[in-house]
Amino acid sequence: MNAFLATVRRDLLLALRRKSEVLTAVFFFVIVTSLFPLGIGPEPVLLKKIAPGILWVAALLATLLGLPRLFSADHVDGTLEQMALSPSPLGLLVAGKILAHWLLCGLPLVLLAPVLGLQFDLDASTLGILTLALFLGTPLLSLIGAIGAALTLGVRGGGVLLALLVLPLYIPALIFGAGAVEAHIAGLDAGGHLSLLAAMLAVAAFFAPWATTAALRIALE
Amino acid sequence: MKQSIIQWFRFASPQSFYPLAGRMIPWFWAAAAAFGIAGLWISFFVAPTDAQQGEGYRIIFVHVPASWMSMFIYLVMAFWAGLGLALNTRLSGMMAQSLAPTGALMAALSLWTGALWGKPMWGAWWVWDARLTSELILFFLYLGFMALQAAIDDPRRADKAGAILALVGVVNIPIIYFSVKWWNTLHQGSTINLTKAPSMAQTMLWGMLLMALCFWMYSIAVALTRVRAIILERERHTEWVKHALE
Repeated sequence: MNAFLATVRRDLLLALRRKSEVLTAVFFFVIVTSLFPLGIGPEPVLLKKIAPGILWVAALLATLLGLPRLFSADHVDGTLEQMALSPSPLGLLVAGKILAHWLLCGLPLVLLAPVLGLQFDLDASTLGILTLALFLGTPLLSLIGAIGAALTLGVRGGGVLLALLVLPLYIPALIFGAGAVEAHIAGLDAGGHLSLLAAMLAVAAFFAPWATTAALRIALE
Repeated sequence: MKQSIIQWFRFASPQSFYPLAGRMIPWFWAAAAAFGIAGLWISFFVAPTDAQQGEGYRIIFVHVPASWMSMFIYLVMAFWAGLGLALNTRLSGMMAQSLAPTGALMAALSLWTGALWGKPMWGAWWVWDARLTSELILFFLYLGFMALQAAIDDPRRADKAGAILALVGVVNIPIIYFSVKWWNTLHQGSTINLTKAPSMAQTMLWGMLLMALCFWMYSIAVALTRVRAIILERERHTEWVKHALE
């Protein structure tokens, strides 16, 4: 457990020394969501209807931006090999890196979403559901994305390939995440969607670090 | 006991599988042709016109087998990929690689014929319903698998990376299969069920099963042909390939 916390701390520290990388993804999220009202037109009824989808797709893409950095720097300078050789299990260290990635790339999106939701004229209870859905969904995105990042480590055209591999796997999270908000707007119970999202998170939290570790070992061979 | 295990693994070597595959391919082609001719004859001339859907329903004789195969081939592909990852056999990775394009073809065919059927029946080429969407994800998974394999130069690493992706994607298969049960969607429920009598005319069922067998045999034949090409490509430095090509 110490190794896990140390990895989280190390990755957070490294990222905070280079703040611009983290902030780029956050600004990307803000800019993309702001582009839609400009492109579609300022009709409140329409914007309110498409807001959950836009915020979720933007969160998906913003998470994707940070994924190539998850392992590449450690792979280049050899830290990853040392991690694989270290006495603590690699899966635990990988889980720490994924948690750090979520704290840096996912959590800011969760915190920003209510503010951006105001742009789309969502009311307070809808904003609450949106934030809750993103809070359950963004760790799922980080977990699934880590598998893709490990698979494409050091591969030609890794960035584009990563998007091709990971985005189809993100679709269930998108459907239920945006679905929860849409159901709430329509006056239905959002609980079912949120429960499914939480169930997917639980399954991914168990399997994804394990699959990521297997993929990393292949990349390190 | 020891003896039988050795016999079983004999064809795990590309060298001994190559001629075996070559001998099997004509039989599977013949079976595919026989089932295909019988299935098409039943589906066009014997099966009655549907009371509600008219003649347009006949596309299900291609649509349903293609959808079945797209899911089944993914499972087989994931099985070979997992076997390759667990036992480190070279041939397993080659089998997974050879199945992927056929699976993608089946998924594309299923989406395409579904669109052709959907236009007259539902009035739309495409609806965002759970089964259609998850079949589309399956198609993307095949494309991702092939793109990942193509991007990695070392074939052994490509096999293993692809295997992990294939195993992660397996989650999608039960979602597609049960989507019509779990969600109340536009796509109709399954007409063929193991536990109760099928809700369709006997001849239609026969046509569909024969077409499914035809697609099955075709997939095996094509996958074996492709795996032979992959074996030759990967083993080109060996002595036996030089002799085999003479």
